[in-house]
Amino acid sequence: MSARTRELFALIPVALLVTAGFTAVLITNSEELGNLSFFYGGYFLALCVATHIVIRVRLPDADPFLFPLVALLAGFGVVMLYRLDEGLARDQANWFVLGLVLFSATIIFLRDYDVLERYRYLIALAGIGLLLLPRLPGIGETTNEAYLSVDLGPLSFQPTELAKICIVVFLASYLNERREVLVVGARNIAGIVVPPLKHLGPLLVVWGAAMVMLVFIRDLGSSLMFFGAFLAMIYVATARISFVVVGLAMFFVGAWFFANTIGHVQDRFDIWLDPFDDAGGAGYQVAQSLFAQADGGLTGRGLGESLIQLPGQESNCPPGVSFPDCDAILPAPHTDFIYAVIVDELGLLGGAAVVLIYTLIAERGFKTAILAEDGFSKLLATGLTAIFALQAFVIIGGVTRVIPLTGVTLPFISYGGSSIVANFVLLALLLMISDKARRRVRVEQDAEVRT
Amino acid sequence: MNNQIVKLFVVVVVLYALLFGFTSYWAVFDSDSLEANIANKRPLLEEQQIDRGDILAADGSVIARSVPRGSGDDRIFVRRYPEGALYGNPIGYSFVQQGQVGFELEHNDELVGEKTEFLTVLDELQGHAQVGDKVQSALDPDAQRAAVEGLGGQRGAVVALVPATGEVRAMVSVPGYDPNEVPENFSEFNTRSSAPLFNRATQAGYPPGSTMKVVTATAALDSGEFDTDSTLSGSSPKEISGFPLSNAGNEQFGVIPMTTALTNSVNTWWAEAGEDLGSETMLRYMDRFGFNQKPRLDYPSFQLATSGVFEGNRLLTSADAIDIGRVAIGQERLRVTPLQMAEVAAAVANDGELMEPRLWSKVIDPDGRETELDPARQSRVMSEETASELNEMMQSVVQEGTGTAAALSGIDVAGKTGTAEIDVDADINQAWFIGFAPADDPKIAVAVTVERTSGFGGTVAAPIAKSVMETILEEGGE
Repeated sequence: MSARTRELFALIPVALLVTAGFTAVLITNSEELGNLSFFYGGYFLALCVATHIVIRVRLPDADPFLFPLVALLAGFGVVMLYRLDEGLARDQANWFVLGLVLFSATIIFLRDYDVLERYRYLIALAGIGLLLLPRLPGIGETTNEAYLSVDLGPLSFQPTELAKICIVVFLASYLNERREVLVVGARNIAGIVVPPLKHLGPLLVVWGAAMVMLVFIRDLGSSLMFFGAFLAMIYVATARISFVVVGLAMFFVGAWFFANTIGHVQDRFDIWLDPFDDAGGAGYQVAQSLFAQADGGLTGRGLGESLIQLPGQESNCPPGVSFPDCDAILPAPHTDFIYAVIVDELGLLGGAAVVLIYTLIAERGFKTAILAEDGFSKLLATGLTAIFALQAFVIIGGVTRVIPLTGVTLPFISYGGSSIVANFVLLALLLMISDKARRRVRVEQDAEVRT
Repeated sequence: MNNQIVKLFVVVVVLYALLFGFTSYWAVFDSDSLEANIANKRPLLEEQQIDRGDILAADGSVIARSVPRGSGDDRIFVRRYPEGALYGNPIGYSFVQQGQVGFELEHNDELVGEKTEFLTVLDELQGHAQVGDKVQSALDPDAQRAAVEGLGGQRGAVVALVPATGEVRAMVSVPGYDPNEVPENFSEFNTRSSAPLFNRATQAGYPPGSTMKVVTATAALDSGEFDTDSTLSGSSPKEISGFPLSNAGNEQFGVIPMTTALTNSVNTWWAEAGEDLGSETMLRYMDRFGFNQKPRLDYPSFQLATSGVFEGNRLLTSADAIDIGRVAIGQERLRVTPLQMAEVAAAVANDGELMEPRLWSKVIDPDGRETELDPARQSRVMSEETASELNEMMQSVVQEGTGTAAALSGIDVAGKTGTAEIDVDADINQAWFIGFAPADDPKIAVAVTVERTSGFGGTVAAPIAKSVMETILEEGGE
C-alpha cells in the first residue's frame, strides 16, 4: 500500500471521530439533530480529501500519518469550539480552510525548500521584525500584560506564530553551516566538554534575543519555546550536551532575574507556586482551570456537559463583548484554557488522548529528521518539530500547573487564525522534507530490488 | 545527528509524561480536595440546577421552597422563604454567592436528592433529572410565632424540645433576619452590631444563673450525697472559695431543706452544696446533661457552641482550679447555650433520660416515600426516682417560688428561674427560665433567655415560656 493510500484510509476514521464529536455536542444541546453532524463530518472529509489530492500530486512520498493526525487535532478543535459557541466554530472552520489553502500553496509554489537557505538573513530579519511588531505603538495589543498580538483594524493576529517558522529556518541554515566550527577546539574540563569561548558567541546572541523577548514581549512561554527549540537544534547540530547545559543554566538565571524585576513575570511565578492564595483575584484563572479538570475526573462529563457559563443569570458583559470573552466561569476557554475544557468534558482519558496525538506528531516529525539526508533538512525538521512540540507543552503545562502559565496557543486546537494558518505552513515544510527523504529511501530500495 | 534526534524525542516524551502525570493528579487523585476548595463554586452552581426540595414545618406548611428562573439549559432554582424571618436562624439559607448555613446546610444531601453513586447513574440513564427530597422539620409555626411575640424585640432566644423524642418544636433567636434578604444585604447583616445571623439559641454562651441549680440538684440527689430533706444553712453572706457570697437582696434563710432552697433559689445553700459535691461530681453530671461537648443537634458544627466552664476559649476540666461553689449557682466562668439549658429541662421531664435533639422529623422523597425520625437516646442523666423528686421541687418553684409567672391554668408546670447579674451598677441582667409541662406527663420542655434586661428570670423570661408552652399544649389538645 502506498503512503498516500494509507493517508487516505487514515482520514476516514478521523472524519468519523469528528462526526461523532459533532453528534455528541448536538445531542447535548438538544437541538434538532437531523443530519447536521453528517453534513459537518462530510464537509470536513471533503476538505481533507481535496488536500490529500494536492499532497498526492506534489508530495507522493511524504509521511502518511502527519496530515491525518493534524486533521484530527484541527477537527477536534472545531468540535470543542462548536461546543463553546457556534460563531467561534464558524470562524475557526474558515481559518481551517484558509490554513489548508496556504498549506497547498506552500507545497505548490515553494518547489524546493532549499531556496530558503539562500534568503536566511532576510528570513531572520522578518522573524525578528514579526516578534517586535506587537510593541509598535498603534497596532500592538496586550493580553494579560504580554505583548502578543497585532491589531490591524478588522484583523488581529499573533506574529509569534509565523515568526517561529522564520527563526527555525534561519537557525537550521546557520547551524548547518557552522556546526563543524562550533565543535572544533572544545576542551575537556573536569569531564565536561566545554566549547571554546569564541563559539559561545552565537549562543549568547540567541540567549540575549530570548531575554529581550522576555523583557519586550513579557512572555515567558514564547521565550521558553524559542530558546528550547534553539537548544534542541544546537544539540542535534553539534552533539554537545554542554551547549544545552550552559544554555539552560543561562536561561534559568535570566528568567529568575526577570521574574524578580518585572512585576508581570513575577506575578505569574507567584500564581504558579500558589494559585489558591488569591483564588478570587490573581490566581483565579489557574484555580478555575484546576477546578474544571477536577470536575472532569477520569472519563469527563461528556461533550457539551461541563459548566462553562453561569447558568440562569443575566449577562454581565459590557456592550460589544460577549461570551466567551466575558461571562465564562473559566476565562479564555476557547484559547489558553481549552485543554482544561477538554479534560472537564472528556476527562483524563480525553486529555491523555490529546497529549498522545502530539506525541505521535512529534514522533513522525523526528522520524522525518532522521530519514532526511542533508544537514539543513535534518535541522529544519528537528527545529520545526521541536518548536511545535514545545508549544503544546508550554500551554498544557501552564494549564496543568507544571510551569507558570503563559499565553501561547494550543496548536491546531485553540481558537485563532494565525495559529492555525502558521501551523499548516509548518506542516507543509515538514511534509516537503519528508517527501524528499522518503523518495530517496524508496528509490534506493527499488534500486536494491533491481540489482 | 540521528542519535541526538532520538534523544530529543525521548525528552519530549518525558515532558509529555509530566503533562499526563499532572493532569491525572488534578482530574483524578486530587479532585476531591479541589472540589471541596471554598473558592470552587462549581458544586454550588450545579446544585442550583437541581429542584431543591422544600423544607416543611411540623404542620406541613412551607418554610423554604425553590422557584425556577429561566428556562431550558439556563434554568436554575432560587430559594424562597415564604415566612420570612420567622424561621431565619434555625433554617438558615442557601444561595450560590453566600453559601449555606443552618438546616439548609446540614440537610443539603437530602434536599438536593443526593443518593448513592449507583442510584444517581441509574437515574441519569433513565433520563430523570435529579430532584431533591422534601424535609419536614419538627418546628411548629405557632410556637415560633409565640416565641417571637413573647420576646417582643428583646434580644434573646427560645428553645422548645419534645422531651420524649428530642424534636425541636421551637427555636428562635432575636434579632433574627429574613433569609430572602440575604442576597442583597449579606454584608450588612454580617456587620450589623446586633449580629442577626448569629443563632443565639445554639451559638451564644450566656451565664446560666440559677437555672444551673437544676444541674446541681441532680448531682446532689442522684449521687446519693443529698436527699430532698437534706438541710444546709441559707445564711448570707457566706464565704465560698475565700470570698463572701450573698443571696439575692442579701435575704437571710436559716437551716432549710433542699426543696425550700430551690423554691426560693437560695444561693448560699446551693453554693455550699456544690462545694460539698466537688468538681468531679459536678462535672460528671454536667457531662451527662451534654455540657463540655458539642450538642448532638442536626446542625452545622460551626454553628453549635459547647457549654461549660471556659478560660478564654479553653474548656476547663476537673483538673483545673474551678470555683465549683459558684459554678453550682451558675456563676464563675460558666457559659451555656439556650439549647443546652432546654436539654437540661427535657432530661428531667423525660424521667432522667436525655434524647438527642433533632430539627428534622421526616424526609419525603419525590415518589412520596417517607423516612421518619427514629429518636436516639443520648444518655441516662439520672435515675427515674431523682427525676421525679426534681420534678416535684421544680413544680413548687412555679407554684409558690420565683417562677409563678410561668403557671398555666389547670396544668401543672415545673420550672426554674435564673437571673445572672451582668452589670450590677447598671442594673443589667441575663434573665432565664427553664421548665416543662404538664408536670405529670411532660409534652414540652423549654428554655427562654433574655439578654441585658433590667428584669428578672421570673418576671421577663417566665411569661414567654408560659406563652410558648401554652401554644404547644393547646395544639396537642385539639
